[in-house]
Amino acid sequence: MNFKRHFCRKEPNMPLLICILFVIALISLILATGLGPVRISPETTVKILFSRIPKIGEIIPKTWEALDQNIVLGLRLPRVCLGMVVGASLAVCGVAMQALVRNKLADPFILGVSGGAASFATLGMLFGVFSFLGTYFLSISAFCGAAITIIFVYSISRVRGRINITQLLLSGVVISMIMEGITDIITLSAPNALGLHSAEFWMAGSLAGARWAYLTLPAAVLLICMTVLMLNYRGLNLLLLGDESAGALGINVHRLQKTLIFISSLMAGVTIAVSGSIGFVGLIVPHFTRLWVGSNHKRVLPVSALLGGIFVVWADVAARMVIAPEELPVGILSAVIGGPIFIWLLVKTNRKTV
Amino acid sequence: MRLQVENLSYSYGDKKAIDRIFIHVAPGEFVGIIGPNGSGKSTVLKSIYRGLTPDSGKIMIDGEDLSAMSYRKSALKMAVVTQENELPFDFTVEEIVAMGRFAHHKLLDIETSEDKLIVNSALKYLGMEALAKRSYIHLSGGEKQRVLLARALAQQANLLLLDEPTNHLDIRYQMQIFDLIKHLNIAVLSVIHDLNMAALYCDRLYVLKEGRVVDEGVPEKVLTPKIIHDVYGVHTFIQKHPITQKLSITFLPEKQD
Repeated sequence: MNFKRHFCRKEPNMPLLICILFVIALISLILATGLGPVRISPETTVKILFSRIPKIGEIIPKTWEALDQNIVLGLRLPRVCLGMVVGASLAVCGVAMQALVRNKLADPFILGVSGGAASFATLGMLFGVFSFLGTYFLSISAFCGAAITIIFVYSISRVRGRINITQLLLSGVVISMIMEGITDIITLSAPNALGLHSAEFWMAGSLAGARWAYLTLPAAVLLICMTVLMLNYRGLNLLLLGDESAGALGINVHRLQKTLIFISSLMAGVTIAVSGSIGFVGLIVPHFTRLWVGSNHKRVLPVSALLGGIFVVWADVAARMVIAPEELPVGILSAVIGGPIFIWLLVKTNRKTV
Repeated sequence: MRLQVENLSYSYGDKKAIDRIFIHVAPGEFVGIIGPNGSGKSTVLKSIYRGLTPDSGKIMIDGEDLSAMSYRKSALKMAVVTQENELPFDFTVEEIVAMGRFAHHKLLDIETSEDKLIVNSALKYLGMEALAKRSYIHLSGGEKQRVLLARALAQQANLLLLDEPTNHLDIRYQMQIFDLIKHLNIAVLSVIHDLNMAALYCDRLYVLKEGRVVDEGVPEKVLTPKIIHDVYGVHTFIQKHPITQKLSITFLPEKQD
């Protein structure tokens, strides 16, 4: 069996690999839609899904209950799709951040985005500061927090018109700490316990509130950012060599760095706005992808996007099954599942190379 | 490819690293920069390959101002080999060399068979084709250095800048690399530590001391016991070697009393 040859890291058969991952993603989508406190068979799920497609839908006999249809179309499917988009965004954002700071330990929230988003969101949840924004107050306030943090971090890290990466990292960490402190002050002085619970649930990362309307923006942002990154995949590769070598090989390093900061902040901000901060995905998925297909971004970007999506969808299935009918925040599960995987990978690869 | 550096200055904070430097390299010429540690050799080179933005001065390639050029365009005109630096990510040798082709592509281009050919022949030129699929981070220092030179060759520029490229190499590879570069017949500007290597391969030399060019010219003019003593503070015995017909420098230990 030449399975190994197709998937070895030196020259993986990319079209095949992407196709397989795509099929797995699609199957995950259907299975995950059926799984939850109320179980719906994959067959019924597929039937319900196909019934919504014009022309084909008319020939499928309606054998399911209206309740099932509501659960599938109104609750589960948007949630699973959102999980897919959020997972892909986090993974791709992690890849971009790691290329920017030339370090595998970077994750989407390293520049303090999650701290900023959390402080604004808790302010909104606990004191109703942003209630004038209507039903989407949470997303909008979280996004504003993320955006303000990034602008702040970015302006601190500019030295003589250039971005100093060390300063960028340091100011990211510091601003993130400040924001966490502010969040703590807000939660401690909270007037109601219920608000406190939901704020904490949101901060731990959850897809529970998914609706179709939440899906458009993150999906569009993912599509645009992914396109820009794929167009620049050679530039991302060069960036890993260091500023000087990258410049000598023909790339405008500072322009690409600015593009990356903008793109990854946008993705991190938008995902955090719809799902809170789901940790670990942006760290382990790119890492695992690089071990699998090497460091060339032409391969790393699409593979980690698909893997990230699949990972979050299944983590979210676990989140609603483990203590059903109660829910766990998926962020907690991604850490609990992802952590051990990460440690196992670290130990395994170190044994191989040393 | 003609390189002209005029009045180049750069300072780190208050300290002037290089001060009003003039350097020129004619097409096909092999020019060396020598000087003690901290004399500003690398700063000169970094300013030329745009790793630093000089405080003042002008750098011209074929009469065109470098600072007005896009990075892509300057990469088509000059290639750089620096000292091997740490790469925290895993690439194959082939991928590293293919990065030299970056400037030849536009945003939407895909790699062509011509690129593959150029990458392969660069690897072959350095005797590395057997290592093409190996992972770069597991190579030895000397092998890494040769991969970086292969990348510079794949860039197909007519000016090659070398920042002590043979630092980590044993004598065989040092000579092999200098021989290979010499045969390319392109303009080369290289920082060189080893004065005997400089005498053996360079057409002309610039001597740097405390950020200033203190002497320049053919090796026979520049490499004299007096100048070397002024710049490095060591005593030497210099003669024309009967076999190479180049200068051969012997360093003499401090006289014992």
